[in-house]
Amino acid sequence: MGIHKFHLNGKNIVLDVNSGSVHVVDELVFDILDFYKESTLEDIILKLENRYDKSDIKEAYKEIKKLEDEELLYSKDHYEKHFNYKDQNIVKALCLHVAHDCNLNCKYCFASQGNYSGKRELMPLDVGKKALEFLVKNSRNRKNLDVDFFGGEPLLNFEVVKELVIYGRKLQDEYDKNISFTITTNGLLLDDEKIDFINEHMENVVLSLDGRKEVHDKMRPTINNKGSYDLIVQKFKKLIEKRGNKDYFIRGTFTRDNLDFSKDVLHYKELGFDVTSLEPVVCDPNEDYSLLEEHIEKILEEYEKLSKEYIKINKSGERFIFYHFVIDLDQGPCVIRRVTGCGAGSNYLAVTPSGDLYPCHQFVDQPQFKIGDVFNGIIREDLRDKFRSVNIYTKEECKDCWAKFYCSGGCMANAYYINKDITKPYKLGCAMEKKRIECALSIAANLKD
Amino acid sequence: MKHIKTISGRSLNKTVCNSGCGECQTSCQSACKTSCTVGNQKCENDK
Repeated sequence: MGIHKFHLNGKNIVLDVNSGSVHVVDELVFDILDFYKESTLEDIILKLENRYDKSDIKEAYKEIKKLEDEELLYSKDHYEKHFNYKDQNIVKALCLHVAHDCNLNCKYCFASQGNYSGKRELMPLDVGKKALEFLVKNSRNRKNLDVDFFGGEPLLNFEVVKELVIYGRKLQDEYDKNISFTITTNGLLLDDEKIDFINEHMENVVLSLDGRKEVHDKMRPTINNKGSYDLIVQKFKKLIEKRGNKDYFIRGTFTRDNLDFSKDVLHYKELGFDVTSLEPVVCDPNEDYSLLEEHIEKILEEYEKLSKEYIKINKSGERFIFYHFVIDLDQGPCVIRRVTGCGAGSNYLAVTPSGDLYPCHQFVDQPQFKIGDVFNGIIREDLRDKFRSVNIYTKEECKDCWAKFYCSGGCMANAYYINKDITKPYKLGCAMEKKRIECALSIAANLKD
Repeated sequence: MKHIKTISGRSLNKTVCNSGCGECQTSCQSACKTSCTVGNQKCENDK
């Protein structure tokens, strides 16, 4: 490893894995790089002189050598020994499951239609308050904290959400913190009062919509088995219109039923939603909507197709954002963040309605992953240590992967549900992530023209 | 350079000195919730 090169959207792109440098190269350099590390210049000339001029080969070789000397190509990984990764017990983000209940019956729901395979319940106010106290007290010197109101459907417990926001603001002043609130909702219960509260108090809002009406309605029916698309789209439009410049995401899930999902992302745009995300479903492979190896070729093609449209749209001056195509080539997150990933089980925890703590929202129906509770704190130090120790250097399959500084080893919950091991990445997820990164880099290259 | 256009320099190395302040947003608090993409997150020190 050392570099990753690919051709996409009219560009030959070379990523230097360890420095993060990105180069757009001509055909000649692209071809030389196939032999550069193993061959002498003379050997390379012999291999390529039937296709390229000898002096051009020499010139291109010199350019590659210069970048190598400057550590912009084939640079070494200097980071591994630099840091003690996640060496402190700091909690900085909570996913508050304020409602283990839902008013939709989405087929693919990892929360098992809202109740996470348990009883339907709402988080009492005192549990929510304890959770926020647990957060500020365990956040040490971290100033910026995140709280996501999640479910099930959090609007089913909106009075508690409101109280908790007010309580959170009080705590943040007391402890000199800055709490950023997010709510993730299916939108059914949105009304003017809730929209105004969300827009005033939540730094971000994630609105669930799967794309085209027929796609959305098939996977996201109401409890009475009716489609929910018509019930929510106007509400989302209203919320976003009133939101001004504050952040939001329209977020959906795709399954094998809509492998042509680029149409769903573009449907968001048709509706006027310009900050979007569409995620591959993660579920038991035996489900009739799961994504399998046989679907991967089509999925990767679809990401490429979407990237072409994405370039056209953004070149035309319109603003349209697809979460996985966003990449900050000038900096982005720091190395430690890239090595350690999402922080599940260490600085990110999920809280159930009764106050139990889990490594993240995707583990809450797995009793063996209960890590503590908001009343007593972390009880399973062994579990926290296990989650904390996972990073791209401790995951065998990630060490030598070119994408490691972008996906940070992938989602541990995906790894667990597919491979029963949080350190073994989900293979299909890796293939999709790599394609999304290639698309993102090619988009950046095109938009820099 | 005639054959190579560098569109991003040593972006990762640049972050080493001030690495790990931990003030950035938790990625699952944004849009993904079911996958892990960190490369597209923002650095709080860079805002």
